[in-house]
Amino acid sequence: MSAVIETGGLGKRYRRKWALTDCTLSVPAGHVVGLVGPNGAGKTTLLSLAVGLLAPDAGTIEVLGGVPGAGRAQLARVGFLAQDAPVYAGLSVADHLKLGARLNLGWDAGLARGRVDRLDLDPGQKAGTLSGGQRAQLALTLAVAKRPELLVLDEPVASLDPLARREFLADLMEAVAEQELSVVLSSHLVGDLERVCDYLIVLVGSRVRVAGPVEELLAAHHLLSGPRRDPATLPDGLEVISASHTDVQTTLLVRTSDPVMDPAWTMSEVGLEDLVLAYMSQAAGRRRRDNRHHLEVRK
Amino acid sequence: MIEFHLDARSGVAPYRQLIHQVRHALRLGLLRKGDQLPKVKDVVARLAINPNTVLKAYRELEYEGLVAARPGIGTFVTGTLDGGSLAAHGPLRRDLARWLARARRAGLDDESIEALFASTFRSASEEDIA
Repeated sequence: MSAVIETGGLGKRYRRKWALTDCTLSVPAGHVVGLVGPNGAGKTTLLSLAVGLLAPDAGTIEVLGGVPGAGRAQLARVGFLAQDAPVYAGLSVADHLKLGARLNLGWDAGLARGRVDRLDLDPGQKAGTLSGGQRAQLALTLAVAKRPELLVLDEPVASLDPLARREFLADLMEAVAEQELSVVLSSHLVGDLERVCDYLIVLVGSRVRVAGPVEELLAAHHLLSGPRRDPATLPDGLEVISASHTDVQTTLLVRTSDPVMDPAWTMSEVGLEDLVLAYMSQAAGRRRRDNRHHLEVRK
Repeated sequence: MIEFHLDARSGVAPYRQLIHQVRHALRLGLLRKGDQLPKVKDVVARLAINPNTVLKAYRELEYEGLVAARPGIGTFVTGTLDGGSLAAHGPLRRDLARWLARARRAGLDDESIEALFASTFRSASEEDIA
Protein backbone atom coordinates (compact mmCIF):
# COMPACT_ATOMS: atom_id res chain seq x y z
CA MET A 1 0.00 0.00 0.00
CA SER A 2 1.12 3.53 -0.71
CA ALA A 3 1.87 6.21 1.85
CA VAL A 4 -0.93 8.40 3.19
CA ILE A 5 1.52 11.12 4.20
CA GLU A 6 4.96 11.49 2.67
CA THR A 7 7.18 14.40 3.64
CA GLY A 8 10.77 15.30 2.83
CA GLY A 9 12.66 17.95 4.78
CA LEU A 10 9.34 19.61 5.51
CA GLY A 11 9.48 22.89 7.45
CA LYS A 12 7.17 25.70 8.48
CA ARG A 13 8.15 29.05 9.90
CA TYR A 14 6.09 31.66 11.73
CA ARG A 15 8.05 34.89 11.34
CA ARG A 16 11.58 33.92 12.46
CA LYS A 17 10.66 30.88 14.52
CA TRP A 18 10.51 27.43 12.94
CA ALA A 19 7.41 25.55 14.13
CA LEU A 20 8.39 22.45 12.18
CA THR A 21 11.93 21.57 11.15
CA ASP A 22 13.34 19.03 8.70
CA CYS A 23 10.42 16.65 8.97
CA THR A 24 10.85 13.51 6.85
CA LEU A 25 8.14 10.90 7.22
CA SER A 26 6.47 8.14 5.26
CA VAL A 27 3.26 7.00 6.92
CA PRO A 28 1.79 3.83 5.36
CA ALA A 29 -1.95 3.50 4.69
CA GLY A 30 -4.31 1.50 6.87
CA HIS A 31 -2.99 2.67 10.21
CA VAL A 32 -4.29 4.70 13.09
CA VAL A 33 -1.39 7.06 13.61
CA GLY A 34 -0.81 8.83 16.90
CA LEU A 35 1.03 12.14 16.70
CA VAL A 36 2.28 12.85 20.22
CA GLY A 37 4.25 15.67 21.71
CA PRO A 38 4.02 18.42 24.31
CA ASN A 39 2.03 21.58 23.68
CA GLY A 40 3.78 23.80 21.16
CA ALA A 41 5.77 20.93 19.61
CA GLY A 42 4.41 21.57 16.11
CA LYS A 43 1.62 18.96 15.97
CA THR A 44 -1.07 21.37 14.76
CA THR A 45 1.36 22.83 12.23
CA LEU A 46 2.12 19.40 10.76
CA LEU A 47 -1.58 18.48 10.58
CA SER A 48 -2.47 21.85 9.03
CA LEU A 49 0.18 21.28 6.37
CA ALA A 50 -1.29 17.82 5.69
CA VAL A 51 -4.79 19.15 5.07
CA GLY A 52 -3.60 22.18 3.09
CA LEU A 53 -4.52 24.91 5.57
CA LEU A 54 -0.86 25.94 5.62
CA ALA A 55 1.75 25.95 2.86
CA PRO A 56 5.28 24.71 3.64
CA ASP A 57 8.28 27.07 3.85
CA ALA A 58 10.72 24.24 3.21
CA GLY A 59 10.65 20.72 1.84
CA THR A 60 7.76 18.77 0.37
CA ILE A 61 4.57 17.08 1.51
CA GLU A 62 2.29 14.68 -0.35
CA VAL A 63 -0.97 13.37 1.03
CA LEU A 64 -2.52 10.30 -0.64
CA GLY A 65 -0.14 11.02 -3.48
CA GLY A 66 -1.49 14.53 -4.09
CA VAL A 67 -0.79 18.11 -3.05
CA PRO A 68 -2.67 18.89 0.20
CA GLY A 69 -5.76 21.03 -0.33
CA ALA A 70 -5.28 21.25 -4.11
CA GLY A 71 -8.68 21.05 -5.78
CA ARG A 72 -12.06 19.55 -4.88
CA ALA A 73 -11.03 15.96 -5.53
CA GLN A 74 -8.13 16.14 -3.07
CA LEU A 75 -10.28 17.91 -0.47
CA ALA A 76 -12.91 15.18 -0.75
CA ARG A 77 -10.36 12.47 0.05
CA VAL A 78 -9.25 13.99 3.36
CA GLY A 79 -11.44 14.63 6.40
CA PHE A 80 -10.25 17.11 9.02
CA LEU A 81 -11.43 17.73 12.55
CA ALA A 82 -9.79 20.85 13.96
CA GLN A 83 -8.93 21.34 17.61
CA ASP A 84 -11.94 21.61 19.99
CA ALA A 85 -14.31 20.25 17.29
CA PRO A 86 -15.67 23.52 15.92
CA VAL A 87 -19.37 23.50 14.96
CA TYR A 88 -21.77 26.34 14.10
CA ALA A 89 -23.38 27.24 17.43
CA GLY A 90 -26.46 28.79 15.82
CA LEU A 91 -27.20 25.89 13.48
CA SER A 92 -29.12 22.77 14.48
CA VAL A 93 -27.80 19.23 14.18
CA ALA A 94 -30.00 18.71 11.10
CA ASP A 95 -28.65 21.95 9.55
CA HIS A 96 -25.12 20.62 9.96
CA LEU A 97 -26.00 17.47 8.03
CA LYS A 98 -27.66 19.55 5.30
CA LEU A 99 -24.55 21.71 5.10
CA GLY A 100 -22.36 18.62 4.92
CA ALA A 101 -24.46 17.27 2.04
CA ARG A 102 -24.18 20.53 0.10
CA LEU A 103 -20.45 21.03 0.60
CA ASN A 104 -19.11 17.53 0.02
CA LEU A 105 -18.87 15.53 -3.19
CA GLY A 106 -19.11 12.04 -1.75
CA TRP A 107 -21.53 12.76 1.12
CA ASP A 108 -23.11 9.63 2.60
CA ALA A 109 -26.47 10.89 3.92
CA GLY A 110 -27.53 7.47 5.22
CA LEU A 111 -24.36 7.10 7.24
CA ALA A 112 -24.71 10.61 8.71
CA ARG A 113 -28.38 10.08 9.69
CA GLY A 114 -27.63 6.64 11.11
CA ARG A 115 -24.87 8.02 13.30
CA VAL A 116 -26.99 10.91 14.58
CA ASP A 117 -29.76 8.42 15.50
CA ARG A 118 -27.36 6.04 17.18
CA LEU A 119 -25.69 8.82 19.14
CA ASP A 120 -29.10 9.99 20.29
CA LEU A 121 -28.59 13.54 19.06
CA ASP A 122 -31.78 15.59 18.67
CA PRO A 123 -31.78 16.83 15.04
CA GLY A 124 -33.59 20.03 16.05
CA GLN A 125 -31.12 20.99 18.79
CA LYS A 126 -28.81 23.95 18.23
CA ALA A 127 -25.18 22.84 18.16
CA GLY A 128 -24.24 25.59 20.63
CA THR A 129 -26.26 23.87 23.37
CA LEU A 130 -24.69 20.40 22.89
CA SER A 131 -22.31 19.02 25.51
CA GLY A 132 -18.60 18.89 24.67
CA GLY A 133 -18.84 15.18 23.97
CA GLN A 134 -21.88 15.56 21.73
CA ARG A 135 -20.27 18.43 19.84
CA ALA A 136 -17.20 16.28 19.17
CA GLN A 137 -19.45 13.41 18.01
CA LEU A 138 -21.33 15.73 15.65
CA ALA A 139 -18.08 17.06 14.20
CA LEU A 140 -16.81 13.48 13.78
CA THR A 141 -20.08 12.56 12.04
CA LEU A 142 -19.51 15.34 9.48
CA ALA A 143 -15.90 14.30 8.93
CA VAL A 144 -16.76 10.61 8.55
CA ALA A 145 -19.88 11.03 6.38
CA LYS A 146 -17.87 12.71 3.65
CA ARG A 147 -16.28 9.27 3.25
CA PRO A 148 -12.64 10.34 3.29
CA GLU A 149 -9.72 7.98 2.73
CA LEU A 150 -7.73 9.79 5.39
CA LEU A 151 -9.15 11.33 8.53
CA VAL A 152 -7.02 13.92 10.35
CA LEU A 153 -7.97 14.86 13.91
CA ASP A 154 -6.24 17.55 15.95
CA GLU A 155 -6.43 16.86 19.72
CA PRO A 156 -9.93 15.39 19.36
CA VAL A 157 -10.32 14.29 22.97
CA ALA A 158 -8.29 16.90 24.86
CA SER A 159 -11.31 18.83 26.12
CA LEU A 160 -13.52 15.80 26.89
CA ASP A 161 -14.16 14.10 30.23
CA PRO A 162 -12.92 10.49 30.56
CA LEU A 163 -16.27 8.90 29.65
CA ALA A 164 -16.84 11.12 26.60
CA ARG A 165 -13.21 10.46 25.64
CA ARG A 166 -13.71 6.69 25.70
CA GLU A 167 -17.01 6.96 23.79
CA PHE A 168 -15.46 9.19 21.14
CA LEU A 169 -12.49 6.86 20.58
CA ALA A 170 -14.74 3.77 20.52
CA ASP A 171 -16.90 5.48 17.95
CA LEU A 172 -13.88 6.49 15.89
CA MET A 173 -12.51 2.93 15.96
CA GLU A 174 -15.89 1.60 14.83
CA ALA A 175 -15.74 3.95 11.85
CA VAL A 176 -12.21 2.71 11.10
CA ALA A 177 -13.41 -0.91 11.21
CA GLU A 178 -16.38 -0.21 8.95
CA GLN A 179 -14.86 2.13 6.40
CA GLU A 180 -11.20 1.11 6.29
CA LEU A 181 -10.05 4.64 6.94
CA SER A 182 -6.51 5.73 7.63
CA VAL A 183 -6.44 8.03 10.63
CA VAL A 184 -3.92 10.52 12.00
CA LEU A 185 -4.75 11.98 15.38
CA SER A 186 -2.72 14.15 17.71
CA SER A 187 -2.63 14.35 21.47
CA HIS A 188 -0.31 15.67 24.14
CA LEU A 189 -1.22 12.63 26.26
CA VAL A 190 0.02 9.26 25.08
CA GLY A 191 -2.41 7.52 27.44
CA ASP A 192 -5.30 8.63 25.24
CA LEU A 193 -3.76 6.98 22.22
CA GLU A 194 -2.25 3.82 23.65
CA ARG A 195 -5.20 1.60 22.84
CA VAL A 196 -6.13 3.01 19.48
CA CYS A 197 -2.86 3.70 17.67
CA ASP A 198 -0.74 1.18 15.83
CA TYR A 199 1.71 3.74 14.48
CA LEU A 200 3.37 6.50 16.45
CA ILE A 201 5.10 9.77 15.67
CA VAL A 202 6.76 11.66 18.53
CA LEU A 203 7.23 15.34 17.82
CA VAL A 204 9.18 17.51 20.27
CA GLY A 205 10.49 21.05 19.81
CA SER A 206 9.51 21.20 16.10
CA ARG A 207 11.34 17.96 15.25
CA VAL A 208 10.29 14.34 14.74
CA ARG A 209 12.13 12.35 17.44
CA VAL A 210 10.91 8.89 16.54
CA ALA A 211 8.29 7.37 14.21
CA GLY A 212 7.19 3.85 13.37
CA PRO A 213 4.73 1.01 13.95
CA VAL A 214 4.03 0.76 17.69
CA GLU A 215 4.93 -2.92 17.89
CA GLU A 216 8.30 -2.40 16.21
CA LEU A 217 9.06 0.54 18.47
CA LEU A 218 8.21 -1.44 21.59
CA ALA A 219 10.32 -4.39 20.38
CA ALA A 220 13.33 -2.18 19.68
CA HIS A 221 13.41 -0.36 23.02
CA HIS A 222 14.46 -1.79 26.35
CA LEU A 223 14.93 -0.68 29.89
CA LEU A 224 18.32 -1.64 31.35
CA SER A 225 19.23 -1.34 34.99
CA GLY A 226 22.46 -2.30 36.67
CA PRO A 227 25.38 -1.08 38.74
CA ARG A 228 26.39 2.47 38.03
CA ARG A 229 28.56 2.97 34.97
CA ASP A 230 29.39 5.45 32.29
CA PRO A 231 27.05 5.13 29.27
CA ALA A 232 30.12 5.69 27.07
CA THR A 233 31.32 2.18 27.98
CA LEU A 234 28.24 0.54 26.47
CA PRO A 235 28.57 -1.71 23.40
CA ASP A 236 28.13 -0.27 19.90
CA GLY A 237 24.72 -0.30 18.26
CA LEU A 238 23.05 0.77 21.47
CA GLU A 239 21.41 4.15 21.38
CA VAL A 240 20.75 5.64 24.81
CA ILE A 241 17.47 7.54 24.81
CA SER A 242 17.38 8.41 28.49
CA ALA A 243 19.69 7.72 31.40
CA SER A 244 19.36 8.25 35.13
CA HIS A 245 21.90 7.48 37.82
CA THR A 246 21.93 7.09 41.57
CA ASP A 247 25.24 6.74 43.41
CA VAL A 248 25.15 2.95 42.91
CA GLN A 249 22.78 2.30 40.03
CA THR A 250 22.27 3.29 36.40
CA THR A 251 18.95 2.99 34.57
CA LEU A 252 18.89 3.37 30.80
CA LEU A 253 16.23 3.36 28.16
CA VAL A 254 17.97 2.17 25.00
CA ARG A 255 17.14 1.49 21.40
CA THR A 256 18.77 -1.60 19.92
CA SER A 257 17.98 -4.34 17.45
CA ASP A 258 20.16 -6.90 19.23
CA PRO A 259 19.56 -8.36 22.67
CA VAL A 260 21.92 -7.02 25.35
CA MET A 261 24.03 -9.96 26.54
CA ASP A 262 25.96 -8.25 29.34
CA PRO A 263 24.83 -10.04 32.55
CA ALA A 264 25.45 -6.90 34.60
CA TRP A 265 22.26 -5.42 33.14
CA THR A 266 18.73 -6.42 33.98
CA MET A 267 16.72 -5.97 30.83
CA SER A 268 12.98 -5.34 30.85
CA GLU A 269 10.21 -4.41 28.45
CA VAL A 270 9.21 -0.81 28.08
CA GLY A 271 5.66 0.55 27.79
CA LEU A 272 4.54 3.05 25.19
CA GLU A 273 4.12 5.84 27.72
CA ASP A 274 7.64 5.39 29.11
CA LEU A 275 9.03 5.29 25.60
CA VAL A 276 7.37 8.58 24.62
CA LEU A 277 8.35 10.26 27.87
CA ALA A 278 11.97 9.19 27.36
CA TYR A 279 12.08 10.86 23.95
CA MET A 280 10.43 13.97 25.36
CA SER A 281 12.86 14.26 28.26
CA GLN A 282 15.78 13.58 25.92
CA ALA A 283 14.74 16.62 23.89
CA ALA A 284 14.19 18.71 27.03
CA GLY A 285 17.58 17.70 28.43
CA ARG A 286 19.29 18.66 25.20
CA ARG A 287 17.58 22.05 25.29
CA ARG A 288 18.67 22.63 28.89
CA ARG A 289 22.26 21.75 28.01
CA ASP A 290 22.15 24.05 24.99
CA ASN A 291 20.87 26.92 27.13
CA ARG A 292 23.55 26.40 29.73
CA HIS A 293 26.18 26.39 27.07
CA HIS A 294 24.68 29.52 25.64
CA LEU A 295 24.83 31.30 29.00
CA GLU A 296 28.44 30.34 29.57
CA VAL A 297 29.44 31.72 26.21
CA ARG A 298 27.77 35.01 26.94
CA LYS A 299 29.47 35.31 30.32
CA MET B 1 -21.04 -15.12 23.13
CA ILE B 2 -18.17 -14.02 25.33
CA GLU B 3 -17.30 -10.43 26.16
CA PHE B 4 -13.73 -9.15 26.14
CA HIS B 5 -12.15 -6.84 28.69
CA LEU B 6 -8.72 -5.24 28.86
CA ASP B 7 -6.40 -4.65 31.76
CA ALA B 8 -4.40 -1.56 30.87
CA ARG B 9 -2.02 -2.02 33.80
CA SER B 10 -1.11 -5.64 33.14
CA GLY B 11 1.63 -4.72 30.66
CA VAL B 12 0.42 -7.55 28.40
CA ALA B 13 -0.18 -6.46 24.79
CA PRO B 14 -3.93 -6.03 24.12
CA TYR B 15 -4.02 -8.62 21.30
CA ARG B 16 -2.43 -11.16 23.65
CA GLN B 17 -5.06 -10.41 26.27
CA LEU B 18 -7.81 -11.13 23.72
CA ILE B 19 -6.16 -14.43 22.70
CA HIS B 20 -5.76 -15.40 26.32
CA GLN B 21 -9.42 -14.71 27.04
CA VAL B 22 -10.58 -16.87 24.13
CA ARG B 23 -8.30 -19.73 25.17
CA HIS B 24 -9.47 -19.37 28.75
CA ALA B 25 -13.13 -19.53 27.67
CA LEU B 26 -12.38 -22.60 25.53
CA ARG B 27 -10.72 -24.32 28.47
CA LEU B 28 -13.64 -23.67 30.76
CA GLY B 29 -16.18 -24.72 28.13
CA LEU B 30 -17.68 -21.21 27.94
CA LEU B 31 -16.97 -21.37 24.20
CA ARG B 32 -17.72 -24.52 22.23
CA LYS B 33 -17.35 -25.61 18.63
CA GLY B 34 -19.62 -23.57 16.38
CA ASP B 35 -19.90 -20.59 18.76
CA GLN B 36 -19.29 -17.20 17.25
CA LEU B 37 -16.64 -14.80 18.55
CA PRO B 38 -17.71 -11.17 19.00
CA LYS B 39 -17.63 -9.23 15.72
CA VAL B 40 -14.54 -7.06 15.24
CA LYS B 41 -16.70 -3.97 14.98
CA ASP B 42 -18.41 -4.75 18.31
CA VAL B 43 -15.15 -5.46 20.15
CA VAL B 44 -13.72 -2.21 18.84
CA ALA B 45 -16.80 -0.23 19.86
CA ARG B 46 -16.82 -1.77 23.32
CA LEU B 47 -13.14 -1.48 24.18
CA ALA B 48 -12.14 1.58 22.12
CA ILE B 49 -9.20 -0.27 20.58
CA ASN B 50 -7.70 -0.42 17.12
CA PRO B 51 -9.48 -2.89 14.79
CA ASN B 52 -6.09 -4.27 13.72
CA THR B 53 -5.55 -5.43 17.32
CA VAL B 54 -8.67 -7.59 17.17
CA LEU B 55 -7.89 -8.84 13.66
CA LYS B 56 -4.41 -9.80 14.78
CA ALA B 57 -5.75 -11.77 17.75
CA TYR B 58 -8.32 -13.57 15.57
CA ARG B 59 -5.67 -14.35 12.94
CA GLU B 60 -3.43 -15.88 15.55
CA LEU B 61 -6.28 -17.99 16.94
CA GLU B 62 -7.06 -19.10 13.40
CA TYR B 63 -3.41 -20.06 12.89
CA GLU B 64 -3.62 -22.17 16.04
CA GLY B 65 -6.62 -23.94 14.51
CA LEU B 66 -9.01 -22.80 17.23
CA VAL B 67 -11.26 -20.58 15.15
CA ALA B 68 -12.11 -19.99 11.49
CA ALA B 69 -13.26 -16.83 9.77
CA ARG B 70 -16.24 -17.02 7.43
CA PRO B 71 -15.96 -13.94 5.25
CA GLY B 72 -18.87 -11.58 5.67
CA ILE B 73 -20.40 -13.59 8.50
CA GLY B 74 -17.96 -13.74 11.39
CA THR B 75 -15.39 -15.82 13.22
CA PHE B 76 -16.42 -19.18 14.66
CA VAL B 77 -14.90 -21.64 17.09
CA THR B 78 -13.60 -24.78 15.38
CA GLY B 79 -11.32 -26.29 18.01
CA THR B 80 -11.34 -27.16 21.67
CA LEU B 81 -8.85 -26.88 24.48
CA ASP B 82 -10.66 -28.82 27.19
CA GLY B 83 -9.10 -32.13 26.07
CA GLY B 84 -12.45 -33.87 26.51
CA SER B 85 -12.16 -33.44 30.27
CA LEU B 86 -14.95 -30.94 30.76
CA ALA B 87 -17.17 -33.52 32.48
CA ALA B 88 -14.52 -33.96 35.17
CA HIS B 89 -14.45 -30.24 35.98
CA GLY B 90 -17.47 -30.31 38.29
CA PRO B 91 -16.27 -32.96 40.74
CA LEU B 92 -12.71 -31.56 40.69
CA ARG B 93 -14.01 -28.09 41.41
CA ARG B 94 -16.01 -29.47 44.39
CA ASP B 95 -12.91 -31.27 45.74
CA LEU B 96 -10.90 -28.10 45.38
CA ALA B 97 -13.53 -26.03 47.17
CA ARG B 98 -13.51 -28.54 50.06
CA TRP B 99 -9.72 -28.38 50.19
CA LEU B 100 -9.78 -24.56 50.20
CA ALA B 101 -12.24 -24.57 53.10
CA ARG B 102 -9.91 -26.87 55.04
CA ALA B 103 -6.92 -24.65 54.29
CA ARG B 104 -8.81 -21.64 55.63
CA ARG B 105 -9.84 -23.48 58.77
CA ALA B 106 -6.18 -24.30 59.28
CA GLY B 107 -5.48 -20.56 59.23
CA LEU B 108 -3.88 -20.09 55.79
CA ASP B 109 -4.43 -16.71 54.14
CA ASP B 110 -4.80 -16.15 50.35
CA GLU B 111 -1.12 -15.71 49.73
CA SER B 112 -0.14 -18.84 51.68
CA ILE B 113 -2.77 -20.88 49.83
CA GLU B 114 -1.49 -19.68 46.46
CA ALA B 115 2.13 -20.33 47.45
CA LEU B 116 1.29 -23.82 48.72
CA PHE B 117 -0.65 -24.65 45.55
CA ALA B 118 2.09 -23.29 43.27
CA SER B 119 4.90 -25.16 45.02
CA THR B 120 2.92 -28.44 45.17
CA PHE B 121 1.97 -28.02 41.50
CA ARG B 122 5.62 -27.48 40.59
CA SER B 123 6.97 -30.47 42.50
CA ALA B 124 4.17 -32.69 41.12
CA SER B 125 5.04 -31.62 37.55
CA GLU B 126 8.71 -32.35 38.22
CA GLU B 127 7.86 -35.87 39.49
CA ASP B 128 5.81 -36.44 36.32
CA ILE B 129 8.81 -35.54 34.21
CA ALA B 130 11.15 -37.70 36.28
